[in-house]
Amino acid sequence: MPAFPRLVRLFTPVAALLLVACGGSPAPAPTADAEAAADPGELNLYTTREPGLIQPLLDAFTAQTGTRVNTVFVRDGLLERVRAEGERSPADVLMTVDTGNLLDLVDAGQTRPVQSQVLADAIPAHLRGADGQWFALSLRDRILYADKDLALDGFTYEQLADPKWKGKVCIRSGQHPYNTSLIAAMIAHHGAEATETWLRGVKANLARKAAGGDRDVARDILAGICEIGIANAYYVGRMKNEAEGSEQRQWGDAIQVIRPTFAIDGGGTHVNISGAAVALHSPNRDNAVKLLEYLVSDEAQSLYAKANYEYPVKAGVELDPVVASFGPMQVDALPLARIAEHRRQASELVDRVGFDN
Amino acid sequence: MTAAASALAMAPVRSRARPDGWLLAALAIAAVALLPLLALAWTAAQGSDAWPHIVANVLPQAARNTLWLLLGVGALSVAIGTGSAWLVTAYDFPGRAVMAWALLLPLAVPTYIVAYAYLDLLHPLGPVQGAIRSVLGHEGPREFRLPDIRGLAGCIVLLGLVLYPYVYITTRAMFMTQAAGLLEAARTLGASRAAVFRRVALPLARPAIAVGAALALLETLGDIGASEFLGVQTLTVSVYTTWVTRSDLPGAAQIALSMLVVVVAVIALERSGRRRAGYASAMRPRPMQPQRLRGAAGWGALALVALPVVLGFVAPATHLAIESGQRIVDGTGVSPMLWRSTWNTLRVALLATAATLAAGLVLAWALRLAQARRRTRLATAALRIGSLGYAVPGTVLAIGLLAPLAWFDDGANLLLRAAGLEPRMLLMGSLGALVLAYMLRFLAIAGGGVEAGLARIAPSLDQAARGLGAAPRRMLARVHLPLLRPALAAAALLVFVDAMKELPATLLLRPLGFETLATWLYADAARGAYEDGALAALLIVLAGLLPVILLARTGLTYGHEVAPA
Repeated sequence: MPAFPRLVRLFTPVAALLLVACGGSPAPAPTADAEAAADPGELNLYTTREPGLIQPLLDAFTAQTGTRVNTVFVRDGLLERVRAEGERSPADVLMTVDTGNLLDLVDAGQTRPVQSQVLADAIPAHLRGADGQWFALSLRDRILYADKDLALDGFTYEQLADPKWKGKVCIRSGQHPYNTSLIAAMIAHHGAEATETWLRGVKANLARKAAGGDRDVARDILAGICEIGIANAYYVGRMKNEAEGSEQRQWGDAIQVIRPTFAIDGGGTHVNISGAAVALHSPNRDNAVKLLEYLVSDEAQSLYAKANYEYPVKAGVELDPVVASFGPMQVDALPLARIAEHRRQASELVDRVGFDN
Repeated sequence: MTAAASALAMAPVRSRARPDGWLLAALAIAAVALLPLLALAWTAAQGSDAWPHIVANVLPQAARNTLWLLLGVGALSVAIGTGSAWLVTAYDFPGRAVMAWALLLPLAVPTYIVAYAYLDLLHPLGPVQGAIRSVLGHEGPREFRLPDIRGLAGCIVLLGLVLYPYVYITTRAMFMTQAAGLLEAARTLGASRAAVFRRVALPLARPAIAVGAALALLETLGDIGASEFLGVQTLTVSVYTTWVTRSDLPGAAQIALSMLVVVVAVIALERSGRRRAGYASAMRPRPMQPQRLRGAAGWGALALVALPVVLGFVAPATHLAIESGQRIVDGTGVSPMLWRSTWNTLRVALLATAATLAAGLVLAWALRLAQARRRTRLATAALRIGSLGYAVPGTVLAIGLLAPLAWFDDGANLLLRAAGLEPRMLLMGSLGALVLAYMLRFLAIAGGGVEAGLARIAPSLDQAARGLGAAPRRMLARVHLPLLRPALAAAALLVFVDAMKELPATLLLRPLGFETLATWLYADAARGAYEDGALAALLIVLAGLLPVILLARTGLTYGHEVAPA
C-alpha cells in the first residue's frame, strides 16, 4: 500500500498543528477562569453590549482600582447562559442595552439586590429597580433624523403615520428591541388598537424595507431614499464627530436631529437604557458593586456622554457638544418597567401588521 | 495460502462473536447529537401561549419566504455550480486552470460579510451606482437610483453567489472521475455539445448535484446574518424574534422544531437525487480529455466562469481590502486583540475540524460495515441523526446545548467534589463547549463527505480484504483510508472553513475574554459600524483562502492522482 505513508505524511502536520492548538493558549483557560473567580482582584462582566463601547470605561475603572475586568459579549441568550451555568457561573455583573432584557434577568431571579447609597443618590428612582435589583447607567433616546432642508418643528411620534410622509420614512426592523420598546411605549400611552392603526400608517409610509441599522437611516436620507427616519441619538454623535470628509461625517451632516415627543399632555421623548445588575451567584460581589458605583461617578458618566454620546443618567454631567446641540431633553415620564410590560404585545403587533415584510 | 484460507473461514465467526464497537460508537455520537434537540423539544413542550399568534401571523409569511429563498438559492447555486463545473471540465479555454480553483473562492466569504459588502457596493452612494450615474450624466442619487438590494431577490442572489461552490466542488469531482469514458463515447457517436451535457453528463452528475445542493440549502436554511440584514423574515429569523424580542424560548423552540420538517425534506430530496446511483467503480477512473474552445467561444467560456468568481469573491474581497487599507492608514484598524482573535479562530476551528472528522468517519464507517452485513437501519439512523445539527440555526443548536453541557458539568462536579476538588465549569464556558457545538453543527459535512467517498470504493474491495482476513479496523487503515484521502481532506477543509466563519454559536458559548474574528467583526457590526470590522472580515476571508486553495488541489485534482500513471 504505497498510499499509506502518503496518508501519514498528510496527517502528521495536521496532528502537529492540533498539538499546538491544544497547548500554549494566550486566552484564559476555563480553569484559569475558575481561579480568577476567587481572586479579589478580578471581575467578570457578561454583557449584551458591544465591548468596544464600554472598554474605555472599564479601562478607566481598572486604572483607578487595579481590578481587572474580563468580559464576554453575549448578544442573545445571556439569560439562558447564566441560568445554565448556575452556581458555577463566574459572572459578576450582567449588563444589557435594553430595559426588557435587564428585567428578564431580574424576573428570572438571576440578579441579587444591591444596597448602595452611591447608586441611589446618582440614579433617579424611576431609572432603577426599587429593590436594588437593577440600575440604569445611561439613556439612549430614540429620535427623528430628518433631511437637513426640511422645516420641522414640534414633531411627535404619532406624526410618523401622517400620510404626508408616504414613501419617505426609513427605519430598521420593527422587531429590533429599540423599535419594540418605542411601540410598547405607544401602547402604554394610547392602547393596542390605536397603536396598531398607527403602526399600519407608519408601514404605509416606509420608503424601503424595514431593515439594516440605525445609521443606515442617515445614509439613506443622504442618498435620497427617504426624508425622515427614527433612530437612536448617539449614532449622530458618532457620525458628526468623525473626520471632516469621511463617509460617516457626510451622513451625519446630511441630517438634522429632532427629539420627538408623544402627543399627550406632558409627553416626552422615548428613551431606552443601558443598565446593569449584580449576578445572583457573583463570586466577586464587592468588586461588582464597586464597578456599578464607578459607572455612575461624574467621571464615568461624562465618559458615557463624550465617548459613547449617550445621555447620562446623572444630572449635571457635562455633555458632548454634538449631543448638547440637540437641546434639553424631556424624557417620557412613563416608568421603564411599564413600557417593558408591553414589549411582547408590541412585537406581536409588528408581526400582525407585517411591518417587516 | 493456508493462513488466508483459515482467516476466511474465521472471519464471519469473529464478527458475530464481538459486539460491533463501530456501531456502538456511531450510536453514541448520534445520541450526543440528539441531546440538544431533545433539550429543545423539552423546552418546546413547556408550551408557549404565543403559538396561536405564531401560527396566524408568523409562520405563513416566514414559511413562504423560506420556501422562495430555498428554491431561488437552490436553482441559482445548481445552475452556477453545475454549469461552471461542466465548462472547466469538458472544455479548454484561456484561464481555465486558474478558474478551476478560483471558482471555489466564494466559500471563504461568510454570508453575513457578503451582505455587508454588497449593501455598501450597491448603495446609491456606493461606487456602482455612482459610476452608472456619471455615465448617464445624473447629478445625484435623487435623480436616478437603482432598486434597493434589501429584500428576497437580493438575498437569493447573494446567497447563491457564495453557496454555489458546494455544488461546483461535488459536481466537478464527479465529472472528472466518472464521466470520461461515457462522455467521450457520446462525442464519438456524434452527439452535439448540448446533447452530451444534457443527456449524459447531467444524469451522471445528479447524485453529486444533490449532495452539493443539499449543503447549499442547509446553509441557506440556517443563515441568519444575510437574511436578517437584508430584511427577509425567514423561519430562522422568526426563531430569533420570538426568542430574543419576545423572550419566548418555548415558542422559539417550537418554530425551530417545525423547521426540522424542512430539513428532513431537504435531506429526503438529496436521498432521492442520489438513489439508483450505484456509481462505485472498481476500475480506476480516467480523467476526461477537454475539448479546446477557440476564439470567441473560448473567451466567452472564460467570461461565463469568471462572473461568479468576480461577483462572489473578487468584488466583496476588494471592497474589504480597500476599507481595511483606509483603516490601516488611519491607524484605527490593527490591534493586538485582532491578532489574538485570529489565533483563537484558527485554533478552535482546527480542534473542531479534528473532532468533526473523527466523528464523521466513525458514523460513515459504521454504516459501511453494516451495509456489508445488510443490516443498515441503525447505522443509517445514526448518520442521519448526526447530520441534523447542520440544519438547525447555530444559536438554536447552542441554546439546546446549554442544558446538556450543564448536566455534564454537574456530573463532572459530583466526581470533583468526591475527590475533594473545587467545582468548576469543565465544558460550559470552555473551548470544549465550542468544539462540541461546531462538531454537532458540521458533522453532516464530514459524515456525508466520508459516506460519499466510501460509496466510490467498490464493495468488492471490502470483500477481498475481509476474505484475506483483515479485521474492520485493519481494513479501514490499510484499504479505505488511503483511498478516502481526497474525500477526507475535502471534508476537513470544508469543516474548517465553516467553523472559522461560524458566528451565532460562538457568540453564545465562548469563554470569557475569548474573541474570534467573527465575534470581533460582529461587535463592530452590532454597534452599526460594520465597515470598522473590515479588517476582521478580510482576515476571515484570507484565513479561509488557504484551506479553499488546498481544497481545490485535493478535491479537484485527485481524479488525476488516482489515474494510472
